[in-house]
Amino acid sequence: MREIRASNISAAVAELCIRANYELGDDVYQTLKDTTATEESPAGKDILRQLVENADIARSEQVPMCQDTGLAVVFVELGQDVHITGGLLSDAINSGVAKGYSEGYLRKSIVGHPLERNNTGDNAPAVIYTEVVPGDRLKITVAPKGAGSENMSAVGMLKPSDGAEGIKKFVVETVKAAGPNPCPPIIVGVGIGGTMDKAAILAKKALLRRIGEHNPNPADAELERELLRLANGTGIGPAGLGGRITALAVNVETYPCHIGSLPVAVNIQCHAARHKEVVL
Amino acid sequence: MSGVIRLRTPLANADVEKLHAGDKILLSGVLYTGRDAAHKRLHELLRAGQPLPIDLRGQVIYYTGPTPAKPGRIIGSAGPTTSGRMDAHTPALIAYGLKGMIGKGARSRDVLDAIKQYKAVYFGATGGAGALLARCIKKAGIVAYEDLGPEAIYRLEVEDFPAIVINDVHGGDLYASAILAYAQS
Repeated sequence: MREIRASNISAAVAELCIRANYELGDDVYQTLKDTTATEESPAGKDILRQLVENADIARSEQVPMCQDTGLAVVFVELGQDVHITGGLLSDAINSGVAKGYSEGYLRKSIVGHPLERNNTGDNAPAVIYTEVVPGDRLKITVAPKGAGSENMSAVGMLKPSDGAEGIKKFVVETVKAAGPNPCPPIIVGVGIGGTMDKAAILAKKALLRRIGEHNPNPADAELERELLRLANGTGIGPAGLGGRITALAVNVETYPCHIGSLPVAVNIQCHAARHKEVVL
Repeated sequence: MSGVIRLRTPLANADVEKLHAGDKILLSGVLYTGRDAAHKRLHELLRAGQPLPIDLRGQVIYYTGPTPAKPGRIIGSAGPTTSGRMDAHTPALIAYGLKGMIGKGARSRDVLDAIKQYKAVYFGATGGAGALLARCIKKAGIVAYEDLGPEAIYRLEVEDFPAIVINDVHGGDLYASAILAYAQS
């Protein structure tokens, strides 16, 4: 049994909120630089250059890359042998979010009720997913999610007979319908299987992967490559101004599902792909 | 179409008539910010025949909700938000006299019709370039709806704010035309 204090969790979450918004992931940064060379469209190249410059400014001046500093999506892997003391895990996370969004001069973008729409003032609460895993560590991933990309996401309850072709069609249609709105080039998370909600969580988790890493299942990896090819075939390009680079990656996660179902979820992510993690 | 056009707000019909989809612009002068909540209020005032808190005739609205400014800075990060969410409120504002909008993402048919009918222009700014674009903002202050926090209406003074014409008064649509060159079946 290992004790972890709630106050340490809060401090860690606050730090992750800030770093995720100020510092572009090194894999994303490198990919944006590489695609500046491979993109054929002059307008597209220009956009990619601006995004790299934007990331440089944000990191060196310690300011947010984007004004939409997002809703804090927090993934927790809680070791079964961890005992949290000094407060509830969810309270610790939410106060960490409030602290990070205040101290980091991040935007408060959360309303307390979806229809009343009064700003909560501190960017809390977070959306928290907790998984209990073996061991005595606590891994926290903060992935601030902006509305531009999130609003372009979709879930479809396909028929098993729709198969892989049906999945491809759904993913490509979702990318096409999104167009310029999610600030392409995008990263596409695809969750297949489970239930409606499980597929959606898989799709969001798929966005946490380093660019260039494929699903270990060879057939799923092949699907990822094919979906990336199809997404880039839309011609939407950086900022939707036309080009070859519409998506930087398509990541597929799967889970067992019902004999009568083929749920698929597509979570669109912008080029910033913000996520930072720590292990306590 | 090559080269950059320098524009200064406020804009007149003659200014917007010269612009074509794909034109690269450097915009200077005053911009007013506005997002979902502010647009809802402005539209309600227009419907009720009441005056707006600021005279938006000839002006340009920038769809943005900035992050708070760090000490010593004019403004936080301020890139464009998705324009489509303001579509429901936009034709009325254009009819009233709004001349330009800066955002990202495609507009609705009603907005495009209003742009043609009342002579306005829709500019795209680079989505996600919040830190870069903030550098163009030389002065910023809340002028209306302070209670809306990040959704308040700010008056911004900008210098050489880079944008691209997406929709012009002639029916030109950059998103529609640009994709055609690169789409593969």
